[in-house]
Amino acid sequence: MFAYLVRRLFLMLVTLFGISVVIFFLLRIVPGNIVDILFAAAGYVDPADKANLEKELGIDQPLVVQYWHWISGFLRGDFGYSYVSEKPALQEILPRIPITARLAGLALLFSASIGIPLGVISAVKQGTRLDYALRVVSLSGLSLPSFWLGLLILTASVAMFNQMPIFNPNPQTWLEAFATYAVPAAAVGFRSAALTMRITRSSMLEVLRQDYIRTARAKGASDAAVNYHHALKNAILPVITVIGIEAAFLIGGLIVTETVFNIPGVARFLVEAIRWRDYPIVQNLVMLIAVVVVSANFIVDMLYAVFDPRIRYTD
Amino acid sequence: MRSVWALAAVAALSVLTASTTTLAGGPKQGGILRMYHRDSPGNASIHEGATYSLNVPFMPVFNNLVIYKQDEAQNRMDNIIPELADSWAWVNDNKTLTFKLHPGVKWHDGKPFTSADVKCTFDMLMGKSQQKFRQNPRKTWYEQVNDVSTNGDLEVSFNLKRPQPSLLALLASGYTPVYPCHVSPGDMRTHPIGTGPFKFVEFKANESIKLTRNPDYWREGRPYLDGIEFTIIPNRSTAILAFVAGKFDMAFPTEVSIPLLKDVKSQAPNAVCVVEPNNVATNIIVNSSAPPFDNIDIRRAMALSLDRKAFISIMFEGQGDVGGTMLPPPNGLWGMPKEMLESIPGYGPDVNANREEARKLMQKAGYGPDKHLAVKVSTRNIPVYRDPAVILIDQLKSIYIDGELDVVETANWFPKIARKDYMLGLNLTGNAVDDPDQSFYENYSCGSERNYTNYCNKEIEKLFDVQSQETDVNKRKKLVWDIDKKLQEDVARPIIFHARTGSCWQPYVKGVTVMSNSSYNGYRYEDVWMDK
Repeated sequence: MFAYLVRRLFLMLVTLFGISVVIFFLLRIVPGNIVDILFAAAGYVDPADKANLEKELGIDQPLVVQYWHWISGFLRGDFGYSYVSEKPALQEILPRIPITARLAGLALLFSASIGIPLGVISAVKQGTRLDYALRVVSLSGLSLPSFWLGLLILTASVAMFNQMPIFNPNPQTWLEAFATYAVPAAAVGFRSAALTMRITRSSMLEVLRQDYIRTARAKGASDAAVNYHHALKNAILPVITVIGIEAAFLIGGLIVTETVFNIPGVARFLVEAIRWRDYPIVQNLVMLIAVVVVSANFIVDMLYAVFDPRIRYTD
Repeated sequence: MRSVWALAAVAALSVLTASTTTLAGGPKQGGILRMYHRDSPGNASIHEGATYSLNVPFMPVFNNLVIYKQDEAQNRMDNIIPELADSWAWVNDNKTLTFKLHPGVKWHDGKPFTSADVKCTFDMLMGKSQQKFRQNPRKTWYEQVNDVSTNGDLEVSFNLKRPQPSLLALLASGYTPVYPCHVSPGDMRTHPIGTGPFKFVEFKANESIKLTRNPDYWREGRPYLDGIEFTIIPNRSTAILAFVAGKFDMAFPTEVSIPLLKDVKSQAPNAVCVVEPNNVATNIIVNSSAPPFDNIDIRRAMALSLDRKAFISIMFEGQGDVGGTMLPPPNGLWGMPKEMLESIPGYGPDVNANREEARKLMQKAGYGPDKHLAVKVSTRNIPVYRDPAVILIDQLKSIYIDGELDVVETANWFPKIARKDYMLGLNLTGNAVDDPDQSFYENYSCGSERNYTNYCNKEIEKLFDVQSQETDVNKRKKLVWDIDKKLQEDVARPIIFHARTGSCWQPYVKGVTVMSNSSYNGYRYEDVWMDK
């Protein structure tokens, strides 16, 4: 188990280094930089003014030097200053993380708490009307883009209740705070719930046909015990994998959801930073996301080992 | 006896009602004006920006020397009023403009405002001071200013190279606030200090901007509002829905498109909405330094092919204006009269006849039904640019030109234009001040950084100077019309249309005036109040 852990940890560090290189150089390949954008917005191009600003921001230096400055700063916890707001990058990023974390956490919770039980029911009731209905729901979830669903929810709220469930930065009650996050989390988590439901269903169907399930039934175990204790426990591995992957993919869904519901989270901030070519923000934020995703995968790998002893023994 | 009492009660009630009505009719103090903002401005320094995304939230923080009257829709020379200046005078053969400053004005940090602050601001704008702006997009506005001199704490003079009556108009723009000497340009980008009716509280990028009432404002009794809060909502659908649901007292000015206006009126019938020109001209930039548009016949053919009314019908349901460089009357002060405009090739009402002429020019240049000219129409990847570009491509088909849309991200748009890496471009040109000096010098003078097409006509440039120095408005107007006509005939930068846009607010918001010939100058908000 220790060797397995060390190997995974090493792989994680190598992956993060690779990601840092890719992030840095991909950003530089994209045409235009902050100076181009600032001068484009002002509608004029004075080469001397541009050169001065490029020098001031340090983007006139060789790429390798720029990379070293960034990565050494990142490792020291010095994230530099935002080119746009001129505030410390960390000061810009940190307050937004809890907002997105709450939203993502709630969306994942929604996805797991809806997707897994419904997937189990759908598998157990295979071929029934309920199964067909649930499959239609899951297919709709996969087909509806979250921005469209979000806009639909907003339009319906205004048309039916003259209320607008957009972000409230200062909720007065716990309920208000929950409402601020619950609607967008449901909008973004619906697709994820649908995917979880489908994976749970197919995984459960495979497990339910196994001999040991038949044995458990023959021994008189209750339906609930068979389905949730024996079958689900063995069918859950692919579901955990999917939820782990979804956690990473969620950031993509959150970009549009945060835009539609006007949530000042990390995802929308990242898009704005990319638009402005605000390198310190984009590099550090993507790197932080990469750390979270790689760590999530690491945890999932560890969970595999916990749930499936064969992994521990073979590795 | 009973009737006497009844009569007395009715009389008392009438007096009470009358007095209540008077009270209810006047401006009320208090309330926070909630408005959505269309995007997150790059910084908070008006002098370093060129978008009214900056003027709307930060103009209330400052004062100018002079300002366009905020309760009149049309910006004119005769409605420029004193602000930080109490009075002004042209002396020395109209080559010196002297301002007497208002005494007792304080910056938001408590320091006194003096003539040194005015000198500092304009020295920095002219690039003459030690401290520099990171960007200085309106440096050219002050090309005729030799220097700014002070005489004591309360007098300041602009000494010009030659008379320039329009300098006063430029000084009255929302783009010309006075900055404090003791605050660095860097600090002004993040925490602006002004003398204006509202103090800056905070600016959270992509989130919100907050202003609070300046209790020490030098204009007694103003502002009426306790503060203004801007919530940044880049998604237009979300923003409009929030306004309809009553989350905001006001929509971002001039940001409600004509089709959206219909939705607002149907879903919030009590909302007050006005539609005004925003003095932004949609135009074509032509790369005349490379084939095929180095051929004047092809440029003229392209100009002749335009059906301007079709653009306006499709995009604005008929609510737009056809004109030359200057915004057409009645909202515009300097636009050509209709008869003169229609005498310019391509502006005549018979579109088919214009296109027939255009086809002849194309055939002369070697193109026809069997040999089409393939061109790329470049434009920014923003709907207000992209949509007219698509219509333009469709119209060019009628004269054997096959256009292909080339959408360019904003970051790459001006670098691409600057290196002349385009054939045709669909561009928008906004004018902060409805004055020919700003438009002509910026967009058409030889060597100007914003003269994207490199149009250069020395004869016309001499006329720019002549009109600029002319103090008689009627004489100047005629000169301006002749210049504008010549610019259109030369296909310098064919103007397609001048757009109109909507502004909406809730019925209890009072004292809002939307400017009709500029979208940069009307956001001091010291006279705005809420009747609730």
